[in-house]
Amino acid sequence: MAAQGKIDPMHQFTIEPIASLHIGSYNVSFTNSALWMVITLALIFGFIALGMKRELVPGRWQMAVEGLTGFVDDMVKVNIGSEGRKFVPYIFTLFTFILVSNFLGLLPLAIIPGFHPFTTTSQFSLTGVLAVMSFSIVVIVGFWRHGLGFFKLFVPHGTPVPMIPLIFPIEFISFWVRPFSLGLRLFVAMIAGHILMEVFGSFIVNGFNGGALGWGVGFLSFLFVIFVVALELLMCAIQAYVFALLTTLYLSDAIHLH
Amino acid sequence: MPQISQLSEVFSSQLFWLAVVFGLIFFGIGRGMLPKIRSTVDARDEQVSSDLEKAKAARSGAEETEAQWRARMDEARAEAARIAQKAKGESARETEARIKAAVTEIDARVEAARQRIRDAAAAARAELEGVAADAAQQMVEQLTGIKVKEQDAAKAVAAELHVMTTVER
Repeated sequence: MAAQGKIDPMHQFTIEPIASLHIGSYNVSFTNSALWMVITLALIFGFIALGMKRELVPGRWQMAVEGLTGFVDDMVKVNIGSEGRKFVPYIFTLFTFILVSNFLGLLPLAIIPGFHPFTTTSQFSLTGVLAVMSFSIVVIVGFWRHGLGFFKLFVPHGTPVPMIPLIFPIEFISFWVRPFSLGLRLFVAMIAGHILMEVFGSFIVNGFNGGALGWGVGFLSFLFVIFVVALELLMCAIQAYVFALLTTLYLSDAIHLH
Repeated sequence: MPQISQLSEVFSSQLFWLAVVFGLIFFGIGRGMLPKIRSTVDARDEQVSSDLEKAKAARSGAEETEAQWRARMDEARAEAARIAQKAKGESARETEARIKAAVTEIDARVEAARQRIRDAAAAARAELEGVAADAAQQMVEQLTGIKVKEQDAAKAVAAELHVMTTVER
């Protein structure tokens, strides 16, 4: 909440410095964004560390951890094949980081006055970096494995020769659009969901403050918010999965060239 | 939109902290802990498959043993049947032989008995003939006064008795 009584749905995305830090001329202040990233790290580490007993007959927690790692393992194996094993740590990091960040952003901590969770994945300065990182790995792996033969990726098998001048630029552009679609998809899904929840939340507050009609609006908005929160929970998991899945698909492209 | 208005101000900080956190997850968890979890899973899978293999081997071994046992049982059963058959045949033969021996002995005794009866009968007849001849001689002498020779009387009696015995028969 920004000013008196006014609800600003964008306020939740503001990055506020907690401790000012500088390396050379660069500002690397510890911000609320950094804080929630560190919380993400702590949660992932805690979750995995509690499942590291490495027993032959796993307990519940170890089962859950092995389920998560097995899920990523399977995703990589299905989409890339056996050569994909060395990408598992990267895909795992992407998936868990995005998943936990997304879920943390949905925590109902705003009940405490002056406090709210910060969704790190609603910052395109962050999703963009993740997307560029994934894309760079794809390009590097592609050229590493195939050299200039990597350009064959832009000419699908069985393309008639006269069509090549037409197909090549289209494929080339669609290839370079990938990092943008990758980064923007996650960012947009997160920010849209959070704004939607915030807007309908403000409808509830303003509705119940004003008259009988307002009560109706507030009640309807309340029902709608329940639905949107459920949808957002689903969205959090799906977006993390999609980001990881698309990265594996792009990697598979780079390794197998269609 | 704070994402845009703050971009130049916070980008270096975002990048730095993302690098720190992502790097820690990647190297600490992704490369440090993940392989251990995976090796645990692999070890378990291997254990399970090897146990299954062992169980399968044990089962086939048991089946083989059972088949052998069954074959031996069949063999033993056949052997038993053969021995029983043989014993039955032997005992039957023995019984037959004993019966035959008994029959021959009985026949012999019957024959001996018959012989004795015949002898007795012959002796009796001879005596009878003697007595009859004597009686006939005296009867003829007393009735007619004719002295019949002993031999003639005997001959006549024998002839008469012979007729009688043949008639009897």
